[in-house]
This record gives sequence, C-alpha cells and structure tokens, in this order.
Amino acid sequence: MKLAEVLATKGPGVACIAADAPLAAAVAELAARNIGALVVTDRAGAVAGILSERDIVRAVAAGRPLDRLTAADLMTRDVICGRLDDDLEPVLAAMTEGHFRHLPVVDGGVLVGLVTTGDLAQALLRSLAGRLVTLELRLETEIDQSGVGR
Amino acid sequence: MTALSPLRIAVIGSGPAAMYTVEHLLAAPGIDVSIDIFERLFAPFGLVRYGVAPDHQKIKGVTRTFEPLLHDPRVRLFAAVEIGRDLSLDDLARHYHAACFAAGAQSDRRMGIPGEDLPGSLPATTFVAWYNGHPDAATLAIDLQREAAVVVGVGNVAIDVARILVLTPGELRRTDMPRYAIDALEASRIREVHVLGRRGPAQAAFTTPELKELTALEAAALRIDPAEAALDPASAAELERSPDRTLARKVQLIQEIAAAPVPCRPRTIRLRFRISPVELLPGDDGAVAAVRCVRNRLVATPAGAVAAEPTGEEETIPAGLVFRSVGYRGLPVPGLPFDERLGVVPNRAGRVIDPATGSPLPGRYVAGWLKRGPTGVIGTNKPDAAETVRCLLEDAAAGILPAPPEPGPAAIEALLRARGTPWLTCADWQRLDELERAAGAREGRPRVKFTSLAAVLEALGRAATAPPRP
Ligand SMILES: Cc1cc2nc3c(=O)[nH]c(=O)nc-3n(C[C@H](O)[C@H](O)[C@H](O)COP(=O)(O)OP(=O)(O)OC[C@H]3O[C@@H](n4cnc5c(N)ncnc54)[C@H](O)[C@@H]3O)c2cc1C
Ligand SMILES: NC(=O)c1ccc[n+]([C@@H]2O[C@H](COP(=O)([O-])OP(=O)(O)OC[C@H]3O[C@@H](n4cnc5c(N)ncnc54)[C@H](OP(=O)(O)O)[C@@H]3O)[C@@H](O)[C@H]2O)c1
Repeated sequence: MKLAEVLATKGPGVACIAADAPLAAAVAELAARNIGALVVTDRAGAVAGILSERDIVRAVAAGRPLDRLTAADLMTRDVICGRLDDDLEPVLAAMTEGHFRHLPVVDGGVLVGLVTTGDLAQALLRSLAGRLVTLELRLETEIDQSGVGR
Repeated sequence: MTALSPLRIAVIGSGPAAMYTVEHLLAAPGIDVSIDIFERLFAPFGLVRYGVAPDHQKIKGVTRTFEPLLHDPRVRLFAAVEIGRDLSLDDLARHYHAACFAAGAQSDRRMGIPGEDLPGSLPATTFVAWYNGHPDAATLAIDLQREAAVVVGVGNVAIDVARILVLTPGELRRTDMPRYAIDALEASRIREVHVLGRRGPAQAAFTTPELKELTALEAAALRIDPAEAALDPASAAELERSPDRTLARKVQLIQEIAAAPVPCRPRTIRLRFRISPVELLPGDDGAVAAVRCVRNRLVATPAGAVAAEPTGEEETIPAGLVFRSVGYRGLPVPGLPFDERLGVVPNRAGRVIDPATGSPLPGRYVAGWLKRGPTGVIGTNKPDAAETVRCLLEDAAAGILPAPPEPGPAAIEALLRARGTPWLTCADWQRLDELERAAGAREGRPRVKFTSLAAVLEALGRAATAPPRP
C-alpha cells in the first residue's frame, strides 16, 4: 500500500499556516481543527517547516515569550516529506524509529497532504483486516466445495 | 411513519464494496432501511465476475456470500442502469435520503512513455475485461499471433495476465472464459512473456501464492535471473526492518526460483526486476515490435521507502504485444467531485467532500476503489464499507440527511419507465445465472457467460418490450 491510498480517505487540503503568522494563530488553528501539527509554508506556498504541538509544549516549558513568537520561530526546519508512491510500511517504520509523527506528502514538489503515524497504522490495520476477510472467504469456499462438515 | 422510515438508500455499483455496504446497512440495528442497487452492467458483482481470473473459480465463488443480500426483501437490484447516463445525481436526490457510490475504477493508469498507443500496446484492464467476457470488451479483436509479449508491472493483475497468456487448451477449457477468448488463446503463438518490475523482489506488489502458481503451470516455465533476484542494499535494509514475515517469504521464494534449474516447457515467463520501459518501438507494420528499457538502481526515498532510479544502461526486448499493468484508475461520476491526482472521489472516511468548501456533501458517500484507489483484495472492501456505513448512519441519526421529495419505492421505477430505460431485477439475474450455469454444464465448464445486453434481453424474452441500447 502506498501513501496515496492513505491520503485518499483523509479529505482534500492540508492544514497550513504562514511562516510569519503569530503563534497564537497557530495554536487557535490546532485547537479548532483538533489536530497535532501544521505545515508551515513560505510566501510561495512551499513547505518551510512543520509546527507540532510538541514544539509548542517545549517552548512553553522553556518559558519563551509566546506572544512574540511566530510559527517560523518554533517550527522544525528540514522537514522530511513523503511521496504519493512511497510504500506505507517502510515509511511507518522510519517514522517510528525517527520519532516523528507527521509527514507532509508532496507530488512533483507540490504539497498534497499530510499523514500521521496514526493514519498509517490505521491503514495498515485495515489492510490486514481485509486480507483476513479474504482468507476467510477463500477458506469458506474451500470447505463448501470439499463438502467438509456435510 | 417518520421522514426517515424507511431510510431510502441508493447504492451505485454491485462489486464487493457495494455488496459489503449493503451487508452492513442491513445489519445496522434499530434502523429500517430500503436499498436500491444500481449497476450499469446486466450482471452484478463487478470485478469478481469481470476481473478475478477465469481460472480462479474458487475465488469467483465468493459471490455465494453476496447472492443472499440481493434476495433480502429490503433490497432491489436495478441492473443495466448507469448513474450519470440513465439517472442523474439530481434524480437520486429526489428519491433517496443517501447515495453511496461504489463504482470502482473503470479506467487504467498510463505509463506516460512514447509509443504507448501503438497498435499491439494495450492496458491490462482491456485484456482482463476481454478474457472475462465484459460486454464493453467482448467485441475486441486481440492479436495473439506474436511470439513475445511484455507485461509492465508486477502486481497480481500482471501475474494474472502473464498466466492467462500461457494456459494450455486443457487449462482454458476448465474456465468460464468466453468461447472467442478460448479460441484466440488456443491459437496463440506467444512463446515468451516478459514481466517487468521497476523495483526489486522486496517491492514486488504480487503476493506469494500467486507467484507460486506460475511455477506449477502445465506448459510454461518461470525464469528469474539470479542477479536480479538478489537484494540491493536499500532493499536488504527495508527487509531487515520489516516485521512482515510474508515479505521475507516472498523474497525467499523468488530467490529459490531463480536458483533452481528451469524446467523444460514450451513457453517461458521471464520475471524481471529493476527494469523500466522507456519507449515502445514500432515495426514495419506500424505495430509494436520492441520495448526499449532502462535498468534501474534502487535508492531510499527521504521518508524511508525505496524508489527506482534509471542507471542509463539500456536493453531492448523484442515483443509484438505490450500490456501495461500499472494499475486501474477511477473515473469521475458526472455531478460528483473528483480528485484527478489520486483518481478518487474526494472523501473523508467515506463522506464525499466538496473540495471548494472542505465540507461533506450531505447524503453522498463513497466506498471501495472509488474511495481509496485501485488496490486491495476483495475482503479489503469490507472494513472499508463498514467505515462508510458508519458515517452514513451517524448522519442519519444526526438528522442531516436531506429528505427526498419522492421517497416511495415505486417512483424510481416510474421514472425509469418514463425514460424508456429497461432494467433487470434480481429475479432476472437469477434466471441468467441459471442459464449461464446450464450452458456451462453442457460443456463441462463452470458457466458460459452472456456477453451482450441484446443477448440477455433476448434470452429473457424481453427483446420486444425493451429495445437494447446501443
Ligand atoms: C484483474 C483483477 C483481478 C482481481 N483478482 C482478485 C482476486 O483473485 N482476489 C481478490 O481478493 N481480489 C482480486 N481483485 C481485487 C478486487 O476485485 C477488488 O478489490 C474489488 O473488486 C473492488 O471492489 P469495488 O466494488 O470497489 O469495485 P468493482 O468490483 O469494480 O465494482 C464496481 C461496480 O460498479 C459498476 N459501475 C461503475 N460505474 C457505474 C455507474 N456509473 N453506475 C452504475 N454502476 C456502475 C461497475 O460495473 C462494477 O460492477 C482483482 C482485481 C482485478 C482488477
Ligand atoms: N489473486 C489476487 O488476490 C489478486 C489478483 C489480481 C488483483 N488483485 C488485487 O487488485 C489490486 C490491483 O492490482 P494491480 O496489479 O492492478 O495493482 P498493484 O498491485 O498496485 O500493482 C501495480 C504494479 O504496477 C507497477 N507500476 C506502477 N506504475 C508503473 C510505471 N510507471 N512503470 C512501471 N511499473 C509501474 C507497480 O510498481 P511499483 O510498486 O514500483 O509502483 C506495481 O508493480 C491489488 O491490490 C491486487 O492485490 C488481487
């Protein structure tokens, strides 16, 4: 399974915020959408970084002046991005090992979505459940046709 | 009676996603449902009838679990009715509280290389439809008088196509393939089938039992180059990290086949890795004569997956037939939003989303390949449909389903009649099924399929009252 399939059922659009937006706006957006991270974009709309709730928690813990910070001040730069054609399983393994929960997905340089480890784990579970259903169906047909139990 | 009793639901399509949607709706506790299934073809069950390989009759047998749903008194089948052609989305909104689209992926992905449209180059989707007697493909002439074929892609569909190309007359005659396909395949001159994977054994999309089957064919040998079966460093690292034992088993099987002596059989399937077609080359007759390919190396992508990168080293494979098996693709349903990039109806967990507002379109749902994209086995559509049905029932309970002005079950029949659209019911399908099985029994085969609506209507004695559409 590829990242494209995970994105397909997440709805169009990605929660973004401008790099120079005040942190309060970012916090409001996270709360309103009930999500854990925002993709921070530059003036041209390209991915400049990612701002997660953890970045904000860290800033609060360090006692930084929240009212004077922008999204760019707290975001993680050098964001790793996935591609639509990336296979789900190795990406999930890499995210788990690398301790990052949010992965923007780009296609030809354009931001097209964002997936979380939760999304990937859920997709993986559903695919396994589907394989199980198929195996059961095949087994049932096999038993019907061989007359076992009759 | 409240406005929602019964809850009138239109299900579009009758493949696995549609049938699991129906199953979940019927099983929902405390809600009275009335379901109409609209299927554009005269026969139900989508790719189970028209995709699953005709030599895999046991898998086709899963329709047995779907059949009883059609006979439930709360369900009606309207076969040979296409949404977007015979009925519009507005028509559905006038008659149903909700519509769930499970129309599958009706087209194919392209390779995007020069020569792709030369005669002799066709999508696997077309070939699959042809050998399964799909009415849209039954009149095609497919020229199998060539020595070599190339199949691009290494998914299970590619494996199906390669296997079907090398079946013996004995193997073919046990299937429910239409007569025209059996005749053409029996007369086929194909000796070599090259199956091209752009990445390596650890990324092959086919599953292990399907590969194993290629080693047990009557008249064809499977050949894999040991050098191509060996893992590159990026793949070895991927495999090392993967907890999926079935993946390790698949790689092991590929390497065992590569290492074993090749049995002497008249036909050969060559399974290739790390190779991509870059151009299809025409011969003197203007049809495909060869495939120019490039060898790939595998590299890790930033997010930890493995991707192919061309090395520049080229190879030309002579072949008069090319099947691109690089995936199916969804088609837009007139009136519904569509995501061109992903080839799906934009949705959140099955609720159709208006991309302009980011909000759900009330009463519109999607399931199966049209929702997730064209991957997954039959059973994958069960949890998928369950998720969609959960959304639908939540919306019904929340009172946000728009009330249709004409919810009575007779109104939709009157509308179809007024438009001169004939449709087939569950009883008609039952009759066709019996006729097909009886015709099959006479030939010692599972069934002999009807391949045109005209023939179906004639067999049902309906030709006079309902003229077939072109
Ligand atoms: C070649 C092939 C072989 C396969 N073999 C296997 C296998 O062996 N085992 C396995 O587990 N899985 C197999 N699969 C996968 C399995 O078939 C799919 O997972 C499944 O069929 C997808 O279900 P669906 O309902 O979304 O789509 P479909 O099965 O494609 O059903 C869609 C239905 O909608 C109808 N429709 C389309 N447009 C309209 C419209 N506008 N109005 C009304 N009706 C419409 C179509 O005619 C069709 O009946 C195979 C797939 C392919 C392509
Ligand atoms: N017996 C069965 O159970 C059975 C039979 C048939 C189908 N099915 C299921 O039906 C679904 C669809 O099958 P499918 O085979 O159509 O799809 P698939 O499993 O997604 O395989 C597509 C193949 O095409 C390759 N590909 C894509 N773009 C390419 C390109 N531009 N150049 C070269 N190769 C390219 C892919 O390689 P990459 O991975 O590198 O992208 C992959 O090998 C699958 O889930 C399958 O398991 C099951």
